Amino acid sequence: MSTSPAAISVSGLTHTFEGEHTVAALRDVTLEVPRGAFASLIGRSGCGKSTLLRVLAGLVTPTSGEARIDGKAVGGRLGHAAYMPQQDTLLPWRRAMGNAVLALELQGMPRDECERLARPLLERFGLGEFVRAWPSELSGGMRQRLALARTFLARGPLILDEPFGALDALTRQEMQLWLQEVWSAAPVEERRAVLLVTHDIDEALLLSDVVHVMSDRPGRIVARIEVPLARPRTIADVTTGEFAALKAAVLRALGRGTG
Amino acid sequence: MRLSGQVLRSHGPAIGLLAALVLAWELVVRALEVPVYLVPAPTRIARAAYEVRAVLPAHVRTTLTEALAGLAVAAVSGVALAALMASVPFLRRGLYPLLVLSQNVPLVVIAPLIVIWFGFGILPKVLVVAVVGFFPIAVNTVEGLLAADGGMIDLVRSMGGGRWQVLRLVRLPAALPAFFSGLKISATYAVLGAVIGEWVGASSGLGLFITRAQASFRTDRVFVAVLIIAGISIALFALAELLARVVMPWRYTRASTE
Ligand SMILES: Nc1ncnc2c1ncn2[C@@H]1O[C@H](COP(=O)(O)OP(=O)(O)O)[C@@H](O)[C@H]1O
Ligand SMILES: [Mg+2]
Repeated sequence: MSTSPAAISVSGLTHTFEGEHTVAALRDVTLEVPRGAFASLIGRSGCGKSTLLRVLAGLVTPTSGEARIDGKAVGGRLGHAAYMPQQDTLLPWRRAMGNAVLALELQGMPRDECERLARPLLERFGLGEFVRAWPSELSGGMRQRLALARTFLARGPLILDEPFGALDALTRQEMQLWLQEVWSAAPVEERRAVLLVTHDIDEALLLSDVVHVMSDRPGRIVARIEVPLARPRTIADVTTGEFAALKAAVLRALGRGTG
Repeated sequence: MRLSGQVLRSHGPAIGLLAALVLAWELVVRALEVPVYLVPAPTRIARAAYEVRAVLPAHVRTTLTEALAGLAVAAVSGVALAALMASVPFLRRGLYPLLVLSQNVPLVVIAPLIVIWFGFGILPKVLVVAVVGFFPIAVNTVEGLLAADGGMIDLVRSMGGGRWQVLRLVRLPAALPAFFSGLKISATYAVLGAVIGEWVGASSGLGLFITRAQASFRTDRVFVAVLIIAGISIALFALAELLARVVMPWRYTRASTE
């Protein structure tokens, strides 16, 4: 391996929300996402996954421990990871193009240059004809693709919080295969590192090189499961024995993390 | 054709009821032979309007100018104060009660004071309108700014956006619907404010016209002015609605769920 730092590296991260009720959200979390790798973080609802991503985005300053993006400590610095929040956060008052270029605009890029950069990506994401549409005019799947396009156009590794959680099962499966396709379209050395948060085991296994399994709250990493399936993966892979064995391993790890 | 059909369906009942009321009014006044200085019949009001058709436009122009200028002042100062209150919690806690308290001073007390302070020109009337219109705009806009979606704010911050950018990209656009709700209320009361300002002392305007008509017991002319005031109020309300549609096109798209 080269000596260049990992895209994402988290070590000994602990976070407790202080307030009326003290909530221990993360305990001693350590994980690493190498450059160009696709990693997933899987765990039950409420175990601290979103909190970990918010730490990486610079929105939450952890109680202790360290998070690094491309070798530099996050320490509450914003604008270094391409963060896609769990809720729908398309700005209703911006057209599709205006939403897509948000990060570029905030970096101070002139608007026409932003659009020149965004247009081919939006074409690739199947939104070429909809650049002038308002978000409210788009279907659920298109809205998610737009939110992903916006994230792709931001700087740093992609940290995606349950991007397909709100979609129906069929659309979700389509979107998973589509995400694999757009992510692996780039040559291997230019691929963006991804940390995908999900509670869907099939999704994690279908897309990732490595799946990190998180225990119930306070979240700890209880297993790190490599997924040696060849790419590109298809829906047929989901029904193989190898896939079932990996799925069983994830379920066992989730079981260990309960209670 | 289809448009007029829609208008008829949505406003038909109101128009019908109004027509029936006007007719009943005419009949009752004639049947009971009510003196014209007490309650003039609708036909009498129409004749009065025809008599004063030459002097009315100047008065309407004055009042309308005051109302629009006052609304503009109310909008600018209301939004500025709202932005300040939304971003500084200390100011919000301090100013909110004062703002509510200020609404309990009757307009008929404030208006003469403002005229005493600022003279008899157009300025005091503009200020009376602004005082009336300021509160609904400020309060609505503060609520709108504070209700902005936390996820959207986090998103802009995660992209490196600071306070100002959060305000410009998320809070202000998110507050627009609330602002326009406030503006519509203010627009409804704007003409009333201007007329009260004129009533205290003026050289032109519908308030002055009413004062003169009352002094000479021309109740029919008072009714003419009242009807015009109602008409202008409705027009200003419609203007605010139109402005909302122009400024917030995303709220009025086909597939919009709101
Ligand atoms: N701002 C906050 N203040 C207090 N508690 C919080 C806050 N954000 C999240 N939590 C709590 O921390 C725990 C982990 O939340 P989260 O990271 O959103 O979980 P997940 O994304 O895995 O569902 C939950 O119990 C949640 O209620
Ligand atoms: Mg979550």
